[in-house]
Amino acid sequence: MNEVAIGSPLWADIATAVLVVVGASFAAVGSFGLLRMPTFYRRIHAPTLGATLGVWSITLATIVFFSAQGFGLFLHAVLISFFVALTAPITTIFVMRAALFRDRRKPNAAAPVPPAAQTPSAAGPPEPP
Amino acid sequence: MTPILFWGLKAALFLLAVAMLCALARLLVGPTAQDRVIALDCLYINGMLMMLVLGIVYASSVYFEAAMLIALFGFVGSAAMAKFLLRGEVIE
Repeated sequence: MNEVAIGSPLWADIATAVLVVVGASFAAVGSFGLLRMPTFYRRIHAPTLGATLGVWSITLATIVFFSAQGFGLFLHAVLISFFVALTAPITTIFVMRAALFRDRRKPNAAAPVPPAAQTPSAAGPPEPP
Repeated sequence: MTPILFWGLKAALFLLAVAMLCALARLLVGPTAQDRVIALDCLYINGMLMMLVLGIVYASSVYFEAAMLIALFGFVGSAAMAKFLLRGEVIE
């Protein structure tokens, strides 16, 4: 029996194919949402689908595929998904704060209004000095 | 490599290429600068996923280091561009 040409079992191939296609579909849907949504504040939600579920599915697929090759458990890919899970929200928060800052300096019709101006409440708004 | 894995990888590469084209279109069209920044963010995530899928296609673990580097420098670039949008300078 040739030890080098040992293949992965069928269930591992099927699991890898399903996970890869699911992750790529999530990434495609997220990027399509980025292209399709009307304003920036809706657009920023869409790519997080690819950055969370897409990355997790595809790294799980690589773990399944390389662990089924017979060289032991392959866990290097978990590093990538942990790193992306740590950094994607940080980037989103930075860009969101920058966009709010820019829209409040140079007003944009698509920007959300600040919460003070948003609710002219019946309980009596605070009088401006 | 069984046919289901072969065609699954083909379909995944096609879907990721479509995703990268959508992000590239938003990068070129995007009306404001912050649209272009999140489009570039989405583009590097998709490119990193494509690197991981190519690592499965060629059964080589060299692609993981490339994907890790893309994730690392993509985050640094996005953070620097967000800082630039906020302040007008990267290092002050």
